[in-house]
Amino acid sequence: MNFGFTQEQEELRSQLRRFLDERAPMGEVRRISETEEGFCRALWKEMAELGFLGLTIPEALGGSGLAWVDLVVLLEETGRSLLPSPLLSHTLASAALIQAGNEAQQQQWLPRLADGSSIGTLAFLEDSDSLAAENIKLIGQPDGAGLRLAGQKRCVMDPEAADFFVVAFRRGEGERDLRLAIVEADAPGVSAQAFPMIDATKRMGNLELDDVHISEEAILSGSASGASDFERLLDAGALAAAAEMGGAVDEALRITVEYTKQRIQFDRPIGQYQGVKHPLAEMYVDAESFKSLVYYGAWCFDNRPDELPRYASLAKAYATEAFVRTGIDSIQLHGAMGFTTAQDIQLYFKRSKWARPIFGDAETHYERIVAMRGL
Amino acid sequence: MDFDLTADEKRFRDEVRAFLAEQLPSLEERKKIGPAFFPEWWRKIREKRWVGFDWPKECGGGGGTIMEQYVLKQEMLAARAPGLGRDYTGLGWVGPAIIQFGNDEQKARYLPDILDSKSAWCTGYSEPGVGSDLAALACRAVLDGNEYVVNGQKTWTSMAHTGTGLYCMVRTDPDVPKHDGISCLLIDLSSPGIEVRPIESFAGDHFAHLYNDVFFRDVRVPAANRVGEEGEGWEIICSALERERSGIAEVNRHHEALERLFKLAAQSRIAGRPALESAVLRRRLAAFDARIEAARLNGLRSLTRQVRDENTQSDSSINKLHNCNLLVEMAETGMELLGGASPYLGDTEASLYKGRWQIGALGWPTTVIGGGTPNVQKNIIAERMLGLPKD
Repeated sequence: MNFGFTQEQEELRSQLRRFLDERAPMGEVRRISETEEGFCRALWKEMAELGFLGLTIPEALGGSGLAWVDLVVLLEETGRSLLPSPLLSHTLASAALIQAGNEAQQQQWLPRLADGSSIGTLAFLEDSDSLAAENIKLIGQPDGAGLRLAGQKRCVMDPEAADFFVVAFRRGEGERDLRLAIVEADAPGVSAQAFPMIDATKRMGNLELDDVHISEEAILSGSASGASDFERLLDAGALAAAAEMGGAVDEALRITVEYTKQRIQFDRPIGQYQGVKHPLAEMYVDAESFKSLVYYGAWCFDNRPDELPRYASLAKAYATEAFVRTGIDSIQLHGAMGFTTAQDIQLYFKRSKWARPIFGDAETHYERIVAMRGL
Repeated sequence: MDFDLTADEKRFRDEVRAFLAEQLPSLEERKKIGPAFFPEWWRKIREKRWVGFDWPKECGGGGGTIMEQYVLKQEMLAARAPGLGRDYTGLGWVGPAIIQFGNDEQKARYLPDILDSKSAWCTGYSEPGVGSDLAALACRAVLDGNEYVVNGQKTWTSMAHTGTGLYCMVRTDPDVPKHDGISCLLIDLSSPGIEVRPIESFAGDHFAHLYNDVFFRDVRVPAANRVGEEGEGWEIICSALERERSGIAEVNRHHEALERLFKLAAQSRIAGRPALESAVLRRRLAAFDARIEAARLNGLRSLTRQVRDENTQSDSSINKLHNCNLLVEMAETGMELLGGASPYLGDTEASLYKGRWQIGALGWPTTVIGGGTPNVQKNIIAERMLGLPKD
């Protein structure tokens, strides 16, 4: 048994840290987040060249064939920097193809994902605002040699950056009828729009499918039960989001600790007062705790798939509660300064608002944990 | 990261399982055998060198690795076997203090009895004026020839009414900075001049007698019973507190408590409706689940840090905070589910479930306050892990 990162993983972490400190310091993060596209294509290309975009993609298809625990290292570090990029979307589109794509689909897309020439994202959520499989209502109507999709997907990450969408739809009412298909952004009838966000480092919006024709070849063949692919991707999403949150919470805590060490009131640094110290200690405990759940969940992804749903939910639920609380407490501990754009801490507070609902909020995941007991 | 056992660890686990299957009587059989079961059990696991499994072999221990210790304890807990030896305190920190700081004569005299479950050590740290600020302790020992003369008081001394010896911190030099004037004495609890008085807890007779005041009036202790040098007491204390992290990944007690809570919830009603229909309750129970699992996995990460000799100095504080919050909040959730029955005390028809939930809701201070209050743990984390200035 060994519950720590390997030396290779620690090296990956320091390599990432050097890269991000140099290429995406906070001033650059702010600048990128204000651009039209909301991410930097040159930086994305560099990340591809350094191998960061193909970590879990098989070696034969241009990646490094590593595990989800390695991916956690990447997501923690980009989360720590609040890097504006479609990395989370990319990670999950890759996971969809690795898991449910047939050989031709994998050959077509995975090398392009690994080298950064294509960006993919998931398009699952609909008006119900629920990711339960039965709430996916988009119907694929027979249309010549393929299917026709007409409807809307909500809360799609990086909708304008994506070259293709992994769309969840149904061929019928049954569990096996929930399928995933690749819909290319330039296909007739496809339009995507991002909307202004509280957290400017993230882009999100709607995908409109206006009688879009898809061929049978675009449908991911996947496992016998379409719902199980769908569920596993949701678990992957919850876990990946929680991993990013781990890095962000760590950094929010570090920034706040530094501030309380140098802010003098009543002739003492405020970090000396227990009223300041104790919430910081609680933040630390919560951050370490949900990160432990993330690490175990990521290990389960590759090694104990049957335990993945439970730990993905435990991780995302705990992470969400902890991040929301850290966001608020860290602003309060900065006093009035926390309210200004001059301080970086507000960016982390805003990120916590983005992170709360993504792939299910705390309530959704806690409910799922109880439901797993058959209660 | 690999949460599977290695081949060696698996082999060891199978050995433990086979032993338990063969040697551990069922709970019913144990009841039939009565108290005679324990000495026999302790003798058997002593033969396997599983008592003091973490001690070095040359001191009579088992020399088990950190992961093997974890495997052994998990298997014992899963089989509901009794603790690994009778002398919990002796095995946990008195023996290790003697091994690290004591001389050969002390090792020969005390260690075998601890391993053979013959002794029952108690800990003399707290005093009436000394709780969180342990280094301010005042119980005085003055050297007189080859004996110390001890005067003063210890308090919160667990099991002093049945114990054999007291591992006791005393002030031998009041004229140096407080951390430097403390020494460690091993005191026979039958020495003349010692008086043990029970402390009555607010749970009254429903809670087993645990705590005592211990008074010393001119108690003579051979100087040969001093562990380490004069003034080395604080170092011994710190070393012992570090050792508290060994059980860090054990959450079996919490798992059991959560299962009981789910069962209670299934049998209870809130505002006239089945309790499990309450979204608030469901969320609360699931959040307990998340925190228990996080505590377990935090503990596993700490085990690897121990193996790798990395920084673990606030791991036990993190663990303790989780334990405290879980204990109190789970007990209170049980009380809420009991509803109108919750204010009753004792095993009556009014109290439901033999009154156990109510005792749970009264009994948590033993765990939550003992070994440092939650606020002290937060100070430790803030200062050691976050580098915030001491207050």
